[in-house]
Amino acid sequence: MKPFLALIRRDLAIAFRTGGGGALGVAFFVIVATLVPFGVGPIPELLSRIAPGMLWVAALLACLLTLDRLFQADVEDGSMDVLALSPLPLEMVVLAKCIAHWLTTGLPLLLAAPVMALTLQLPEASYPAMIASLALGTPALSLIGAIGAALTAGMRRGGVLTAVLVLPLYVPTLILGALAVNASAMDLPAAPYLMLSGAITLAALPLAPFVAAAALRLAIR
Amino acid sequence: MELVADNLRVTRGYRTVFAGLGFSVAEGGALILAGPNGAGKSTLLRILAGLLPVEEGEVRLGGLSLRADRGAFVESVLHTGHLDALKPAFTARETLAFHADLFGAPRGRIEGALEALDLGFLADQPVRVLSAGQKRRLGLARLALVERPLWLLDEPTVSLDARSAARVAQMAREHCARGGLVVAATHIDLGIEGAARLDPAAFAPAEGAALPTRDDAVLDGDAW
Repeated sequence: MKPFLALIRRDLAIAFRTGGGGALGVAFFVIVATLVPFGVGPIPELLSRIAPGMLWVAALLACLLTLDRLFQADVEDGSMDVLALSPLPLEMVVLAKCIAHWLTTGLPLLLAAPVMALTLQLPEASYPAMIASLALGTPALSLIGAIGAALTAGMRRGGVLTAVLVLPLYVPTLILGALAVNASAMDLPAAPYLMLSGAITLAALPLAPFVAAAALRLAIR
Repeated sequence: MELVADNLRVTRGYRTVFAGLGFSVAEGGALILAGPNGAGKSTLLRILAGLLPVEEGEVRLGGLSLRADRGAFVESVLHTGHLDALKPAFTARETLAFHADLFGAPRGRIEGALEALDLGFLADQPVRVLSAGQKRRLGLARLALVERPLWLLDEPTVSLDARSAARVAQMAREHCARGGLVVAATHIDLGIEGAARLDPAAFAPAEGAALPTRDDAVLDGDAW
């Protein structure tokens, strides 16, 4: 357990010292969500109709922003070789790095989302569903994203490829997350969508580390 | 504990680098890998570290087989490669504290490891301000921090001054004296008595001497 926590602590420290922690992802999220009213015009009814989808699309993009460096930096500087020879199995290395990634991107988005919901005129009654959908859905973004990041870890310019690989896999999470918020905005139960969204996260939790670790073994050859 | 490699074969980018390579290193012994660039020294060290798969042949350390007990085998190994695996944002001491936690070594060893490579006065400097030689020394400090029987050193003395290179050689000698094993690709004399020498190029097959074709290079891309 100690090596696992040490790796999470290290990644958090790197994120805070060199990437401004979660601030960068949140700033990006805020900017994207702020662009929407500029683009579609300040029509409250329209904004509140599209707010759930826009919030989720902005969250996906903010998550992608930091994803391509998730393993690449470690592969480039040789740290991945050291991690591969540590007592920590590579699957647990992936999981630890996903947790650190979520803490520095997913969690700050949860905190920033209400402000953006206000800007986009989301009905107040939908706030709990929005927070719940992000809380249940964003861990899946980090976990599924890790697969794409691991596949492109050995490439010098894998950032765009990561996005192309990963975004289609994000579609179920996006649909269910936006549907949950939409449902609550229309006074319908959000629980079924939240449960399905949580199911994706629960399925990704054990599966994604194995897939990503297999890809990483190839990257360090 | 004895390290035995038998009938190893390796292909990189559709080119057989070496085949039928075998050696053994007794407890407390050392093996120096010499040979021209591209002979497969780094590749051999990465195979022994379990970072590259064993395509053909077998490696055993004591009772452990690299193929069958990869996990346990790898936990007996310490590998230092061309890259120092350092993060610019951390200080030297923080770097070693992370390595200590990761490898389950007591944190009390950190000061000793810093001193072993003359890094005491740089302990609280961030890695980004260290010189190339100082970075290398910090990368090698892991050897003094984590206790593992088999050291695999890939050009450990590159960018080190004579004094630091002598220190690394001294550490390798002490490791052997404690009953450890060292396999090193190096051009300087580590001064270990009875150290065997091996040139992987001697095991290159005749057709392997040919340069890879352009198609091979394209297929292999960044993985080379």
